[in-house]
Amino acid sequence: MRVLSRFLYAVALPCLLALGWWFASRGSQNFFFPPLSGILSAFADVWFSAKIVEDVLPSVLRLASGYLIAAGMGLALGVPIGLSTRLRAYVEPVLEFLRAIPPPVLVPILILFAGIGTTMKLMVIVSGCLWPVLLNTIEGVRGLDETLGATTRAYRFTRRGRLVHFILPGAAPLIFAGLRQSLSIGIILMVISEMFAASNGIGFTIVQFQRSFAIPEMWSGIILLGLVGFIFASVLGFVERRVLHWYFGLRAAERNDT
Amino acid sequence: MIEDRNAATAQGRPTLLDVDAVKMVYSSAHRTVEALGGVRFTVGDGEFVCIVGPSGAGKTTLLKCISGLLRPTGGTVRLEGTEVKAPPQAMALVFQDYARSLFPWMTVEANVELPLKQAGMARRQRRDLISSALADVGLTDVGSAYPWQLSGGMQQRVAIARAIAYRPRILVMDEPFAAVDAQTRADLEDLVRDLWHKLGVTVLFVTHDIDEAIYLGERVLALSASPTVVMDDIAIDLPDARDQIGTRSLSRFGELRKELYGQIQRARHTSG
Repeated sequence: MRVLSRFLYAVALPCLLALGWWFASRGSQNFFFPPLSGILSAFADVWFSAKIVEDVLPSVLRLASGYLIAAGMGLALGVPIGLSTRLRAYVEPVLEFLRAIPPPVLVPILILFAGIGTTMKLMVIVSGCLWPVLLNTIEGVRGLDETLGATTRAYRFTRRGRLVHFILPGAAPLIFAGLRQSLSIGIILMVISEMFAASNGIGFTIVQFQRSFAIPEMWSGIILLGLVGFIFASVLGFVERRVLHWYFGLRAAERNDT
Repeated sequence: MIEDRNAATAQGRPTLLDVDAVKMVYSSAHRTVEALGGVRFTVGDGEFVCIVGPSGAGKTTLLKCISGLLRPTGGTVRLEGTEVKAPPQAMALVFQDYARSLFPWMTVEANVELPLKQAGMARRQRRDLISSALADVGLTDVGSAYPWQLSGGMQQRVAIARAIAYRPRILVMDEPFAAVDAQTRADLEDLVRDLWHKLGVTVLFVTHDIDEAIYLGERVLALSASPTVVMDDIAIDLPDARDQIGTRSLSRFGELRKELYGQIQRARHTSG
């Protein structure tokens, strides 16, 4: 019963918005804002075809692998930096500087070094996704509880034991905050990297449609991007709820106490 | 048995822990602070020793030096004759802040188990130790709960279970009951006395509460204000079987209380 009502809550607003769009655009004569019915039929025609393999799949794979590489790098660099006060003092100003550079401006430079292939697109995605994960991991590790740290030492935890059972879970709430920020940046960069120079991908296809004035098809691509982002965020949310279920429980318990 | 406990002091039993002129000086560019000024005492095997001192007496610093979490700037700590340079295997710690010494991402059982796992103990043996430790602290059916689902007193019981499952020779407790309510605190005090009897473990118990120290200990060490030294070492000649009402209303309890209270007051005045 509760699952059902939560599901209804979740889909109510999207349905209303879709209905609103449907009726507002019904009979629209504006070339750039075609009726939703036209967009939806274009959606079926365009995307339920070979394009799923030729354009959607490459985009999704590039996004997923770039995102995972960035997450791995963020953790691998963030843990040692977070643990060492000295290392932090050295690298933190540099990190803040690098983070402030908008990744899209790197695209032309990356094309010079890495060409226009998959490597360049991955580098663009990684160059943007890295910072939220890295900086949040550093912050999460830095803020680990001292008493818990003393506990791991008093009970003679191994280095691996400290990492697996103390450092990573303790920093996990902030790491996930970083992962969520990175995901939205990753989707933006996936599209941008495909708009500069590409021969396939969702971003590439949208630009092609726009340039050939296939407006309903272009809109259908934009809807598809939204769906891809939504699916990625749902998967991340699912993982987060599994990994951090203790954290949500702890927070709820603390709220009840006060 | 009862006479035995009463008569025993450090002299009566082989020395387990030897704290020898431990000094701790913190120095920065502008000033040096002497926290520990040469603390010296021994704890016999199987003893229950309480340490009391005014707040700010460097009790926690002293415990960190004893447990190998902090290297003293002078003097040595020896456990079973070996110098303590890192946390020793024969020692288990219970911290004051129970909520921050249990891992909130693990169940009660996993919290008790983890130190054993880290020591490379086989699964069967771990299972046995966990269930007997949880039974000893009176928590048989919360093994799969998370610490934050339990009350403060129960969380501290979990921390005690983790410590005794580790099978230490000496159990070191840093003001473990300072943050729980009075009734829970009385229950936990009796629990620690019972465990001490049952397991034959040595206990070093730090508190700021004079009554608690007298009620629990066989010996009470009174610390001075910083730079901390041991000012007094009092044998608690109360009957071994203690209970919250009876023991605390003995006239001898009152005398010991008065004696220690005077010591602590003097310590505060010399510091002020």
